[in-house]
Amino acid sequence: MTKKAGSTSTSMEKMQATLSRRYAAEKRFQSYGVIAIVLAMAMLVTLFATIIGTGYTAFWQYTVRLDVTLYPQDIDPDGNRDPEVLAKADYQSAIKDALYSLFPEATSRQDRSAVRALISPGANFVLRDKVLDNPDLVGQRVSVRVPLASDFDQVLKGNIDPDVNFDVIEERSTDIPWSLPPDERLITEKQAGYLQQLIRQGEVEASFNIWFFTNGDSRQPELAGIWGAAVGSIFTLMVTLALSFPVGVAAAVYLEEFAPKNRWTDIIEVNINNLAAVPSIVFGLLGLAVFLQFFGLPRSAPVVGGLVLTLMTLPTIIIASRAALKSVPPSIREAALGVGASKLQTITHHVLPLAMPGMLTGTIIGMAQALGETAPLLMIGMVAFVVDIPSSPLDAATALPVQIYLWSDSPERGFTERTSAAIMCLLGFLILMNAAAVLLRKRFERRW
Amino acid sequence: MNILLVIGVILVLALVGFFLGRQRAVVKSGGESRSLHSLPGYHGHFVALWAAVPSLILLALWVPFEPVLAMNAALDYFQAHISEPGNMEEIRQSKLSLLLGLSQEATTIKLDELSTDQFQLLQTEIRNMASGTASAGHAAFIQEVADYYSSYRQTSYYLMFAACVGLTGAGAGFAWSRIAPGMRARNHVEQAVKWFMIICSTVAILTTLGIVLSLLFEALRFFAKIPITEFLFGLHWSPQIAIREGQVASEGTFGAVPLFTGTLLISFIAMCVAVPIGLLSAIYMAEYAHARVRAVVKPLLEILAGIPTVVYGFFAALTVAPFFRDLGNSIGLDVSSESALAAGSVMGIMIIPFVSSLSDDVITAVPQSMREGSFGLGATRSETIRRVILPAALPGIIGGVLLAVSRAIGETMIVVMAAGLGSNLTANPLEAVTTVTVQIVTLLVGDQEFDSPKTLAAFALGLMLFVMTLVLNIIALHVVRRYREQYE
Repeated sequence: MTKKAGSTSTSMEKMQATLSRRYAAEKRFQSYGVIAIVLAMAMLVTLFATIIGTGYTAFWQYTVRLDVTLYPQDIDPDGNRDPEVLAKADYQSAIKDALYSLFPEATSRQDRSAVRALISPGANFVLRDKVLDNPDLVGQRVSVRVPLASDFDQVLKGNIDPDVNFDVIEERSTDIPWSLPPDERLITEKQAGYLQQLIRQGEVEASFNIWFFTNGDSRQPELAGIWGAAVGSIFTLMVTLALSFPVGVAAAVYLEEFAPKNRWTDIIEVNINNLAAVPSIVFGLLGLAVFLQFFGLPRSAPVVGGLVLTLMTLPTIIIASRAALKSVPPSIREAALGVGASKLQTITHHVLPLAMPGMLTGTIIGMAQALGETAPLLMIGMVAFVVDIPSSPLDAATALPVQIYLWSDSPERGFTERTSAAIMCLLGFLILMNAAAVLLRKRFERRW
Repeated sequence: MNILLVIGVILVLALVGFFLGRQRAVVKSGGESRSLHSLPGYHGHFVALWAAVPSLILLALWVPFEPVLAMNAALDYFQAHISEPGNMEEIRQSKLSLLLGLSQEATTIKLDELSTDQFQLLQTEIRNMASGTASAGHAAFIQEVADYYSSYRQTSYYLMFAACVGLTGAGAGFAWSRIAPGMRARNHVEQAVKWFMIICSTVAILTTLGIVLSLLFEALRFFAKIPITEFLFGLHWSPQIAIREGQVASEGTFGAVPLFTGTLLISFIAMCVAVPIGLLSAIYMAEYAHARVRAVVKPLLEILAGIPTVVYGFFAALTVAPFFRDLGNSIGLDVSSESALAAGSVMGIMIIPFVSSLSDDVITAVPQSMREGSFGLGATRSETIRRVILPAALPGIIGGVLLAVSRAIGETMIVVMAAGLGSNLTANPLEAVTTVTVQIVTLLVGDQEFDSPKTLAAFALGLMLFVMTLVLNIIALHVVRRYREQYE
């Protein structure tokens, strides 16, 4: 007895002795979990901070106000305001004249080319669009805001260090402290002086960057916009939605409601699950080999992109739709069958409407995936440099994520902020879509 | 040549058929709708289906076969007229003679003596000219062939249009004439819908089949040019080869081992980031976290999964790679600006939510009784987790990790934007390595010829990628399923 009691007390003591160590281990283990979560959150925050930090400046653009005189003999010699003539007219010289008039002292060729470099090489398109919108401007003196060339824009935004302190310029001092030798400077002393002069005269102004939302791609960062890519994405998604939703729902209904449980349906099921995990680039290869090579569909077209993305999103939609169909209780079906509805009537009149919110949620999530997908689109040639806004799903186009990839590859500094801004737009769309899915689920989810 | 117009016309006609059929059913019943076997709408659908389906099938058959038939006709024309005076002259003086490698003495071209590559070049030339995208320096005779080709296609389009409209009318008329009160229109329509659903459900199978066949077919063509052993075991990868077909002398080397090791290195780094963070956060959320914390943190983690990979790629190239490079420089290490470390760790971030949500599912699936048993014996929470829950959940976690690995291997955009292009056989994470997916993209983006080993190599790599991920997925699903059987 005593011996036994003694052993108990020693084991109790032993346990007591290890207890603090065990509690410490417990605390340690718990802190690992906290650290892991904090790390993951930190990465998320860093990602968003980087994107927003580099991208927010793209939403405005420094512009120069020019008073351009549009001489009718240059712009519209026939005087009938034919849009085709207006579109092809020479606006470059009108812009140049207006620009030179701001700097009467710059007369040498060198100086004038330095002056010209201040504004975007595409400034004439801005003027052309203005004239095309309102042909009555021909013959008048027009005040137009043209974008500053990308490098100067970036310098004023503080995104790149031009090796010149622009606070000094803003403060209207005339001494510019240089530290780099002249040939390594991004902008020359002369140009800095010109820019300074423009700023002093109040001609330079930061305004909302409308071009970023209305233009297609461009080699000039200051004129490059996401609208072309966005339209490409919209066409692609329209094709994807039009194909994948009916096919996915029909497949889900067949597998869930009609299919006999046999080998064939087993194969289909395994197949769908496997397809969901196939790398997206393999779908791109499939699209290249089958749609482009075999069927000879046009390269770079949103139709082909939509077809490939359909194959990719189908598994997602089928799986979600089947889950939605499963959640409709059998009593609904039995009641409908009991009053004499056919099997198909039961499904179309009763089961499908009840399962629809779940199916739509799955479809929206699939569409969000498709919107963010890049790799398969690269395979089918949607990486072309497309300036025009596509007008049909058969035109050459890029998609928003592909545009991001293309811009991120460009060496010009001005594209970095635009890449980030395009990412912000893409993420905005994705958040909207996912929010819609969550809302749909919350609003219509029924527990039976 | 507008297919959409044809489809539109067929659908409009079908719509008209629907209304006519419905009306006829009502008329036939003599206002006594109970005498109808099926509702009038079903009769309408019956007519519409008969109107649209046969002609759409015809159209679907015509679309892939028509260009082939037209090309055959054009080639027949070519063969028939090549020996006419002057034609051969023109071809010899055009750039086509260079492409086909004609000698200056050649007096004729026999199509069946051309090699496959030359044959396809000729076809491409005709097609380009017909669509007006050919560059300068071509023979007038080829233009003639191309015009013949275009006019053949134009005629066949009009014929097909007429045939489709005729078939639509005939189908609708046939169905319309069959409408009678006793006709079982509903059963017919339901049968058609059922067949539509069956066809839809086979799309998944067709997709898999398409992937396997296209990859296999192109890969076999590649292995006919490059021995498979060289591809699988060769240590050098430099696919930069001749621009034109026929210049066999400057063949590139296609040893894919550096790509496989590069892929594995980057995936390994990704797993080193994703598995600890994902698993530990899943454990914390399942076992420790308050419901309110869970409700906030879980969706935040899911955001990481929803971010497009191109965004991660940009993040890796813009922020993470320079960060590692500067960090390395500051402690005297030479880190490449396209280091495997940067690409791998960003890929790891992308995979965290994948690992954590899969592990979360498995951990919460462990029966509560096992936890309570362990607590009852006096174990602390962490001891319960380490000694009871994790061993029980291990197969599921392994399955999840395998799925994550297959994800990492197949991931494209992050490595395209942040990893290197040149092949490099190394295990040093500070150097730049290239991966299978990067090479597929670089081989296939931009101008390409479908027959050069360079393009075909991409398909061989794609096949490897597909097989690797498929095997991983099958193993993972198998492991997960076996585990599930234990507790249900």
